[in-house]
Amino acid sequence: MLIRHRPDLTDNDVTDRGLYLRRREFITGVAGLGLAGLGGAAGAAPLAFSKGFSTTEKPTPKDDVTSYNNFYEFGVDKGDPAENAGKLKTRPWTVRVDGACEAPKTFDIDALIKGNKLEERIYRLRCVEGWSMVIPWVGFPLKDLIAAVKPTSKAKFVAFETLMRPSEMTGQRWDVLQWPYREGLRIDEAVHPLTLIAVGLYGETLPNQNGAPLRLVVPWKYGFKSIKSITRISLTDRQPPTAWNLSAPREYGFYSNVNPAVDHPRWSQATERRIGEFRRRDTLAFNGYGEWVADMYRGMDLKKFY
Amino acid sequence: MKDAEKAPFPLDGGRAQRKRPSKTRDNLIYAAVWLACAAPLAWLAFRAFTGDLGVNPIETLVRQLGVWGLRLLLVGLAVTPAAVILKKPRLVRFRRTIGLFAFAYVSLHLLSYIGVDLYFDFGQLWKDILKRPFITLGMAAFVMLVPLAVTSTNGWVIRMGRAAWSRLHWLIYVIAPLGVAHYYLLVKADHRPPLVYGAILAVLLGWRAWRAARSSP
Repeated sequence: MLIRHRPDLTDNDVTDRGLYLRRREFITGVAGLGLAGLGGAAGAAPLAFSKGFSTTEKPTPKDDVTSYNNFYEFGVDKGDPAENAGKLKTRPWTVRVDGACEAPKTFDIDALIKGNKLEERIYRLRCVEGWSMVIPWVGFPLKDLIAAVKPTSKAKFVAFETLMRPSEMTGQRWDVLQWPYREGLRIDEAVHPLTLIAVGLYGETLPNQNGAPLRLVVPWKYGFKSIKSITRISLTDRQPPTAWNLSAPREYGFYSNVNPAVDHPRWSQATERRIGEFRRRDTLAFNGYGEWVADMYRGMDLKKFY
Repeated sequence: MKDAEKAPFPLDGGRAQRKRPSKTRDNLIYAAVWLACAAPLAWLAFRAFTGDLGVNPIETLVRQLGVWGLRLLLVGLAVTPAAVILKKPRLVRFRRTIGLFAFAYVSLHLLSYIGVDLYFDFGQLWKDILKRPFITLGMAAFVMLVPLAVTSTNGWVIRMGRAAWSRLHWLIYVIAPLGVAHYYLLVKADHRPPLVYGAILAVLLGWRAWRAARSSP
């Protein structure tokens, strides 16, 4: 049995706590069905969603979230994705979910958005480079998508792939990384209730530079694990190769859990700068989500499995 | 010009032997060089005060100061080859100004890292110096730049004598590669920008090696 949650942790616990944390909004009746206002970035459409598990920290301004991005498919500078990602056509878009499962399926993005109960989750995002943000994602748990294809007992890992389309993703025209970008999770990490497939941001569909039309969000891991613009998800029996690990294995491990005690070889991970703040703040183990995820790594040497 | 008489080499870049250009023109050219060196700093300061340094302003500030320090180090190293190749020996008189500006940018780069980024967390600074190769190299380069900046005056040239002064200032041939290595090691994946600086540096140092090999059999 690979799904190793604490027996007392159920989805309901998670959601309840989220509601608890946001109780003031709940009391004033803001919680419930949210419908974001029209307008915003070109192509952004409002999404219908309920409020889910969230931090009470102040979200990073939308302009910052959408203009400071690591998305090497559109260039290596932080401003490149906002500038170049407009070329990407996100319709039609399908996601193939296959591998060790009984019912492999190709999902259409609009069917996914309509067919899943969307929630807003305000998560901290900690980049391996030492900065962080607080981002209101809109999405649904990855476990719902995985359950839909009926995984077999051979499904021990989940591999993800980003679109490969150098005509629109101009950064793919030279091999700064091995394209397509790939990421992976252990199956228990993938079906953890905090692991999200995000289709929106700040109440609207994802801007291209943030990984439209759908991306992964794993809040207790460094940002690069949260792969963008996904076209394929495969259940496998072995640990899949991942883009940054292939590029610099000593610097980026498969797990890449946020860990202030394990430094990146070239910089400390003990502190981070929250975008918009002046002083650095201490980085929390598992990015502050240890209460919910640390059990999955019990008994593992996190210095070895970094 | 008592100092100049005692100086082991013509401090005025050989001006005395040549037709003296007009003083005004000379001052204007000097002012232009000075302003060109100061312009990136003024532009950065302007952007800082108008809140135009982007989403992560502290990172932008530290990086830009560092990049301009490296650029001016390379410009400083390009002066001698330019003077020889273009047969304009008086260009050499700008070398000190450019070098001191490079030192100013590198100092501000270090100061912004310690004072703004780390907020004077000297414990962290010390750990960084010991554990992060790119910071170790950067600090080493800075430490070596200090004596060059201190001895940049005419008085120091005379006090030390030309040969010793020149030998000390050969440190720049160590400092500049350290600066490029510092940049290279910082970059996560796209090594093209530091490699461009490295290539320029290789040309500048290679030219000197070629010239030295040619003149001494």
